[in-house]
Amino acid sequence: MFIKEYISDVYRAVSSLLKGMKTTGHYFIRPKEIITQQYPDNRAQMKLPERFRGEVVMSHDDNNEHACTGCTACELACPNATIKIITKFDTTPEGKKKKALDTFVYHLELCTMCNLCVEACPTSAIKMAQTFEHSVYDRNKLLKKLNQPGSKLRAGVE
Amino acid sequence: MYRETQIINSGHTILSAGGDLGGAADGGELVINVGPQHPATHGVLHLVITLQGETIQKIEPHLGYIHRSIEKMCESLSYRQFIYVTSRMDYLSAHINNHACALCVEKGLQLEIPPRARVIRVLMDELTRIASHELWWGAMAMDLGAFTPFFYAFRERETINDIMEETCGARLTMNYMVPGGVMYDIHPNFQKRVKDFIQLFNNKIDEYDDLVTGNIIFQNRTKGVGVLTKEDAISFGCTGPVGRGSGVPCDIRKLYPYEVYDKVSFDEIIETGGDSYARYLVRIKEMRQSIRIVEQLIDNIPDGEFQAKTKAVLKLPKGEFYSRVETARGELGVYIVSEGGTTPYRIKFRSPGFSNLSALDHISRGSKIGDLMAIMGTLDLVIPDIDR
Amino acid sequence: MFSLEHITNSIQQWLYSTFNPTMALILECTIVMLLAIGLFAVLGLVLVLMERKVAARMQIRLGPNRVGPRGMLQTAADTLKLMMKEGLTPNGADKFLFNLAPFIVMIAAMLILAPIAFAKGFQIWDINIGVLYVSAVSSVSVIGILMAGWASNNKYSLLGAMRSGAQIVSYELSAGLSIISIVVLAGSLQISDIIASQQTGWWLFRGHIPAVIAFVIFIIAVTAETNRAPFDLAEAESELTAGFHTEYSGMKFALFFLAEYINIFIVCAIGATLFLGGWMPLHIGHWEGFNHIMDYIPSSVWFLGKTFFLIFLIMWFRWTFPRLRVDQLLSLEWKYLLPISMFNLLLITLIAIMGWHF
Repeated sequence: MFIKEYISDVYRAVSSLLKGMKTTGHYFIRPKEIITQQYPDNRAQMKLPERFRGEVVMSHDDNNEHACTGCTACELACPNATIKIITKFDTTPEGKKKKALDTFVYHLELCTMCNLCVEACPTSAIKMAQTFEHSVYDRNKLLKKLNQPGSKLRAGVE
Repeated sequence: MYRETQIINSGHTILSAGGDLGGAADGGELVINVGPQHPATHGVLHLVITLQGETIQKIEPHLGYIHRSIEKMCESLSYRQFIYVTSRMDYLSAHINNHACALCVEKGLQLEIPPRARVIRVLMDELTRIASHELWWGAMAMDLGAFTPFFYAFRERETINDIMEETCGARLTMNYMVPGGVMYDIHPNFQKRVKDFIQLFNNKIDEYDDLVTGNIIFQNRTKGVGVLTKEDAISFGCTGPVGRGSGVPCDIRKLYPYEVYDKVSFDEIIETGGDSYARYLVRIKEMRQSIRIVEQLIDNIPDGEFQAKTKAVLKLPKGEFYSRVETARGELGVYIVSEGGTTPYRIKFRSPGFSNLSALDHISRGSKIGDLMAIMGTLDLVIPDIDR
Repeated sequence: MFSLEHITNSIQQWLYSTFNPTMALILECTIVMLLAIGLFAVLGLVLVLMERKVAARMQIRLGPNRVGPRGMLQTAADTLKLMMKEGLTPNGADKFLFNLAPFIVMIAAMLILAPIAFAKGFQIWDINIGVLYVSAVSSVSVIGILMAGWASNNKYSLLGAMRSGAQIVSYELSAGLSIISIVVLAGSLQISDIIASQQTGWWLFRGHIPAVIAFVIFIIAVTAETNRAPFDLAEAESELTAGFHTEYSGMKFALFFLAEYINIFIVCAIGATLFLGGWMPLHIGHWEGFNHIMDYIPSSVWFLGKTFFLIFLIMWFRWTFPRLRVDQLLSLEWKYLLPISMFNLLLITLIAIMGWHF
């Protein structure tokens, strides 16, 4: 019947709307469900997983020594020309000339954090750091030199 | 002419006799530009819409605002390198894009993938699919004017993102797939966290139905809106939930199973309505099916290697290789022409968004502007996927 | 017992005893005008903050919490920002109408304030056709919206204004009919009479189910009339970017924004007056003790409490429902609300004639 259909239509519509309001009302009276993270305030508690890829860094040990031989495997693996390795020739105590790393240039502004350089590195000299707050006012500050001044190749790394 | 006959044959009453669409003859037409900056286009899509009052006469999509020539870029990158670029196509199913490329390279190399890597890949694909559909659900509801679902959807999506972050190292553009397997093994916490997520998801998915699916306003907004018939879906090449919403069985996971999809049981969701509501239902039900796949696999990850041994420099033999996968939006095809070198000679991506967008003009004619939002929402357009 | 009535009376007496009658009247008008503007400013700030907080809680967020204690000064800071922004007028716009429109909307909202009783004996103008006056003046704002849409020289604005026109004109009908059903029960158009008639109980409870239906229809209709979601087709930001106020910026935009919230307050105040007894405390039959306790709560608190409850209801709608389509909006009015409210009016008339209400 027409009237019956009309009324059941209205009833179904209203009950579906009330169901939706129940859901939002449910959350309104439960402030515990709030999931907002107050980001700059929670820096202390915030811990990023160890695999998170924030930027490429070169690990140095206590003697200011790194494991980069300057083989340019990372430079070749990088799809964006983010890495530029400048090598020099060191003279070993025996008097032989040996290729060594001079400057590891890293363009953070070009990097897409694809991890291919870290995968390619044969000596695990570089790794991904968990930092992510990279904003600076000057673009030149994103151009980084990864090997620390005065650092040299760790003995035994070929 | 063909199109008009087709429209009449498929029983559309949208067009009045004479097919007067361009209609310089009758005045009162309004041409509005929706986009490239517009809240409803979710990106830089530019639609030139011819209106008669509020009724859409014609839609002309203008592309290219986010064209980055990914296909051309790939030609200068090696087979390891080009995979990460494809994350930037359909950024919501980045994993699945990478997967398609990895599959194609592996096809060329005739590489055998370890079973553990296969399962991990499928798990990641399905989690990505859920995440993508979650975002779609929230954004679609927002297009229709309901804001709150967006936040509920993001709450669940965030959990997936956290899982991804822990295992893959990134939240959106993971670059986890490499030719021969995956980049690292899964994180020790992975299985536990995924199980927690399954529990959370099963608790919350009913909320979605209460808030949006069952809502009378939502149903009125989507039912019978933007009807795409089965024939049209096939002729426009619509795949994914758009094709399946029109009753076309086009799930690549069923038709051409890759990895372990032939070993898990799941249903291909097919709705025959062809309207926006059918497309909506397909995606909502697909989320449950994805959860089903994840549930089956999460405890059955075989032991072994996560990556096959590959050479440092990959060289594909001379020839043409094609692989396809089912992304969250439909069929993604990767076509590589190799001349035997270290970089592809030519790469072509068959992206699902492009084909789905092509149906937009056809199915929106005669609808109101408000309907356009429902139609675009259920087509689930990701603009970088269309432009590439 | 705290009452605003004494304060207003003593101020009036002091004015009339100090100045001559004309001067006193002018001073009174000035005071009232300043009070009204002050109320507007405060309401705008409070309601915007309330909306954002309610939305945040429903969306499992925190909402504004940085400016001032618990974010309470956020809206003040926003207003300051809007005032400092440049008010652009688009090239090709009808400059006179474009600049006039926000003021028309604002003035229409201000005018409706006159007959509202904020507390016992605290009313600007107890006009004897109060309800009729409210219905009449509230439809003026649509002219402002149409003006804004037309003068902006923007297609989105024009579409938004067209929608708004169709919407407000049709929803006035069912809003009017549900107001009339209370007028029938109360037997007067005067706001103070309507409130007085609810001494023994609010019309929502006394009028049986028809009064409840009238209340529901009233809430739906006023939500539509104030262009609030799910009826916010005039702005519909996912379809028309911002609808009729797309081209407005700075303080002119702020006026539209403020007018929207003032309108919400006013329609909710009317709803509270008609259905929930205005400033009248809740009285239940013969529970003398209970009624006495209720009387101790000041009347202004009763009025504001009821009004803000209704405002919360409307906000709850906004953050739950999707938007209707323009044709569904009209079919909801003409196929559902109007027939139901006409039938309902018939029932209420029957109840009023037979004296069946409590």
